[in-house]
Amino acid sequence: MESLIKHISKPHPVTGVTNAKLGTWCFLASEIMLFGALFSSYVLLRVGAGTAWPRGSDILNVPLATLNTLVLITSSVTMVMACASLALKNLGKYRLYMGATILLAFVFLVVKSFEYGHKFEHHHFPSTSTFYAIYFTLTGLHGLHVIGGIVVNTYLLFPGSALWKKDPDQFMGRVEAAGLYWHFVDLVWIFLFPVLYLL
Amino acid sequence: MQKYGWGLPIDISANGWQIDQLIIIIHVFMAILFVGWFCFFAYTLIRFRQRSGHKASHHVGHFKLPAYLEVGVALFEVVLLLGFSFPIWSQQKVVKPDEKDAVRVRVVAQQFAWNVHYPGVDGKFGKTDPALMSSSNPLGLDRTDPSALDDISITNQLHVPTGRNVIVYLSSKDVIHSFTIPVMRVKQDAIPGHAGELWFQAKDAGDFEIACAQLCGLGHYRMRGFFISESPEKFEAWLKAQAPKPPAVPKVAAQAAPAAPATPAPVPSGAAHV
Amino acid sequence: MSKNAVNGHGPAAAHDSHGSHGHDLPFWQKYIFSQDHKIIGMQYGLTALLFLLFGFGLVMLMRWQFAYPGQPVPFIGGLFSDDTMPGGVMLPEFFYQLGAMHGTIMVFLGIVPLAVGAFGNYVVPLQIGAPDMAFPKLNMMSYWLYFIGGCVMLASFFIPGGTAQSGWTSYPPLSVIAGQGQTFWLIGMAFLINSSLLGSVNFIVTIIQLRADGMTFNRLPFFVWAQFVTAFLLLLAFPPLMGAAVLQLMDRLAHTSFFMPSGLVVNDQVVAGSGGGNPVLWQHLFWFLAHPEVYVLILPAMGIVGEIIACNTRKTLYGYKALVDSVIFIGFMSFIVWAHHMFLTGMGTKMSAFFQVTTMIISIPSVIILTALVLSLWGGSIRFNTPMLFAVAFLPMFGIGGLTGLPLGLNASDIHLHDTNYVIGHFHYVVAPGTIFALFAGIYHWFPKMTGRKMSEVLGKIHFTFSLIFMNGVFMPMFIQGMAGVLRRMYDPTQYAHAVPTQPLSVFSSVSAWCLGLAQIPFIFNFFYSIFFGKKVEENPWHATTLEWTAPTPPPHGNFAVAPQVYRGPYEYSTPNHKNDFWPQSMRETN
Repeated sequence: MESLIKHISKPHPVTGVTNAKLGTWCFLASEIMLFGALFSSYVLLRVGAGTAWPRGSDILNVPLATLNTLVLITSSVTMVMACASLALKNLGKYRLYMGATILLAFVFLVVKSFEYGHKFEHHHFPSTSTFYAIYFTLTGLHGLHVIGGIVVNTYLLFPGSALWKKDPDQFMGRVEAAGLYWHFVDLVWIFLFPVLYLL
Repeated sequence: MQKYGWGLPIDISANGWQIDQLIIIIHVFMAILFVGWFCFFAYTLIRFRQRSGHKASHHVGHFKLPAYLEVGVALFEVVLLLGFSFPIWSQQKVVKPDEKDAVRVRVVAQQFAWNVHYPGVDGKFGKTDPALMSSSNPLGLDRTDPSALDDISITNQLHVPTGRNVIVYLSSKDVIHSFTIPVMRVKQDAIPGHAGELWFQAKDAGDFEIACAQLCGLGHYRMRGFFISESPEKFEAWLKAQAPKPPAVPKVAAQAAPAAPATPAPVPSGAAHV
Repeated sequence: MSKNAVNGHGPAAAHDSHGSHGHDLPFWQKYIFSQDHKIIGMQYGLTALLFLLFGFGLVMLMRWQFAYPGQPVPFIGGLFSDDTMPGGVMLPEFFYQLGAMHGTIMVFLGIVPLAVGAFGNYVVPLQIGAPDMAFPKLNMMSYWLYFIGGCVMLASFFIPGGTAQSGWTSYPPLSVIAGQGQTFWLIGMAFLINSSLLGSVNFIVTIIQLRADGMTFNRLPFFVWAQFVTAFLLLLAFPPLMGAAVLQLMDRLAHTSFFMPSGLVVNDQVVAGSGGGNPVLWQHLFWFLAHPEVYVLILPAMGIVGEIIACNTRKTLYGYKALVDSVIFIGFMSFIVWAHHMFLTGMGTKMSAFFQVTTMIISIPSVIILTALVLSLWGGSIRFNTPMLFAVAFLPMFGIGGLTGLPLGLNASDIHLHDTNYVIGHFHYVVAPGTIFALFAGIYHWFPKMTGRKMSEVLGKIHFTFSLIFMNGVFMPMFIQGMAGVLRRMYDPTQYAHAVPTQPLSVFSSVSAWCLGLAQIPFIFNFFYSIFFGKKVEENPWHATTLEWTAPTPPPHGNFAVAPQVYRGPYEYSTPNHKNDFWPQSMRETN
């Protein structure tokens, strides 16, 4: 049955993309609306608070967050390398880079949990102020997206890679789609970092 | 005097006629458009019903009239916007009457009552504090504040004089309410954390209603206040009678509701627990 | 060019796949966790119809309280617990639960899943000549997320304190200080939002990627266009509500203050919490979804009506291009009209001027669509079968709904009419005798394709006649009440003197609503009777031109024996010198 559905592994001649890639772009458009709405909420709340709004750099750990930014950017690079290795038909290297991507994602989460733990120790909770509320909500939601990425990438690293033998094009399409998603998660953080920590 | 019926409620405000006029114009327009359209529609259905000897034409046809009609509708909407809606809105919600000549009153909504706050003879509203709010002091008036000494706090009654502008400063203690006086053609949400304002001028005296238009909880349906417009002399006399006697003590009588101008249906048994 | 490519697949390939996957799957895979768009469509359809009936049941109960406030509900009043209706008298708690859930269920669990989940799923792949949706597994997940979301909503009726009672709009702070039912509502909504996200991605990809050879965008049936635009609205408008739901969940569970301003005093107690939030923020996020949602409700309905009118007038649609352009334009505009629901929140003059101008602008394409659909009747040979009756009745009903939007969209007249029964009448005319009539039309129209049998015309016409009468009986009085200033969401409207004179109209509305309920019995009977004993029909009983009618009936898994090739536009009816009065899109011959 699935074989009847066209453009699963080969791109559509007119649109130039596979179903999976187009679907991923649509999904990301929806994600942009989600984070866009939350960023807009942030702006509205901050404008409403006026001078009562704290500066993120005064109360958040900027060095740790900078480290995390570097970790995520590096993981985006390893993700690109994973895709490139598949294009070169090198499954071994793909596994290496994909493994690195997942590992870096874990590093990000560990650093983040240190940050959270530190805040909780000082009794800074989401209910403490609107700033902490939006900080925990936005970074928490981003963290969930990171976990989602780890799940997908781990699937593609282990059981999912069986598809490589059957249909390398389709497998590559899946890895590319996962890559798009991962870059998006990275991009959200690149917005979050200055908005929450620096401004 | 028939206050309420099947049509628009009686309008005793100085400016409400504009809203009524707009509503009537739109409905006349809607009626003409709908009846005309419906006649064409019915005629088409009958004329082109399936029957022997009649075949559908392949030719799509080209109609000029609908295009003109659409442009007509669009132009009419422009007229409604520029000629009516913008100016009326501006008068009702933007161009505030002079505060000096107006009767100023604060209305603080809560579940499920309207707390009305007159500034008293000094014309200054006393300080309020959420921490002081209680059933005997619903506004949270700080009676140690000198300008609060002569303030009048009363629940579910809004007295206004005829022929003078009234400015209502609207706020809410808890959830979103919406303050409306149907006979004044005013409605404004009372949103906690937001300062709302509205104004109107009564031209006739009478006993009417304040209603809550926004779902505010289980007692939403019985959040009814009394709107009493009266001659300026009567209003001044009423104000004097309400003024707290020094030394200021919180009014006890304020809680008592006045005689209802209309008899509401008996409250169902369940409502008493809300 | 693509003729050979089609032959490459060949009938044998399609048949094999049909043989090996269609019949050999175990029952649970074929009918429960099915990945076939048609089975999923029917799952959506049956579930949504049940929810529609349930949501309608809630409001029939409410109508008693509207008509006879404070009197015990006869017959069934005793069946309810003391938390809801002690002695058969409805408590305000229960009344407001019914109100909130009626809105939520009808919109999110009834109409949208029926219009998009059921008709979209079943018909779109067939109409574009695709073997299935682009992502069958996602399609299945989409249904089950919807199902779980629905179960969460239903379950909330049974928790202590009952379900959500802050209206379907869930305005904070009321919704934040409300009982646990609201948490269920938010979690249920999160499932529904994710379900519609998966569904909309699937529709967009399917329509872009899987159109049959020759099925250019200019040859897409109008219904597919409507679904296409709808999918974009769902994709882009729902996420802000997801964001809002997350924020409200945080307010409720983590005691943040996104929507809670400083200094709240509830029941003379200062509310704990940091404050600093903004209740109006929720309204912006909510209506940013909920206004496009209105078009999610109406566009598929317009699509269905377009299909049925073309087929039953034996004539092409008038102004196909104008129709499509209008639908696309509505899609764009629907994202910038949301704040006309909020004129009275004290928004700035410029902002309210902006939103009423956009609201007036969006009325223009709606007028064009309505005009084009009416003009499509001109010159036709109109066959008044049941689907056509419903489709034709849609036009004036939607017309009334649209026209009465005018005084609400102008902020000056909205001052008097806002939050009155006029609003209730307005949007119910759009979605009840509007969209629901179109959905009934769709059921009668596509039923033969789904089952191979026709529904009874006699019962269908009885259903139509009484539905039309009583729908108007329910909603027309609301305009008069709204004019008189009767406010919506009143547990006991007679508390207000200004509502007393029109109280007989409430009774009239209620009686009409109960009669409308009775009028659905012929439909329910007809529906189930016809599945088993309806008149058997061949694959194209209406002599229609679109591709779904060239597939076998009922279409097997994989749909078409041979991948179709499309040669012409969707509504080639009554072509001169052609042997039939319909010329299917995929029929080869050129005379």
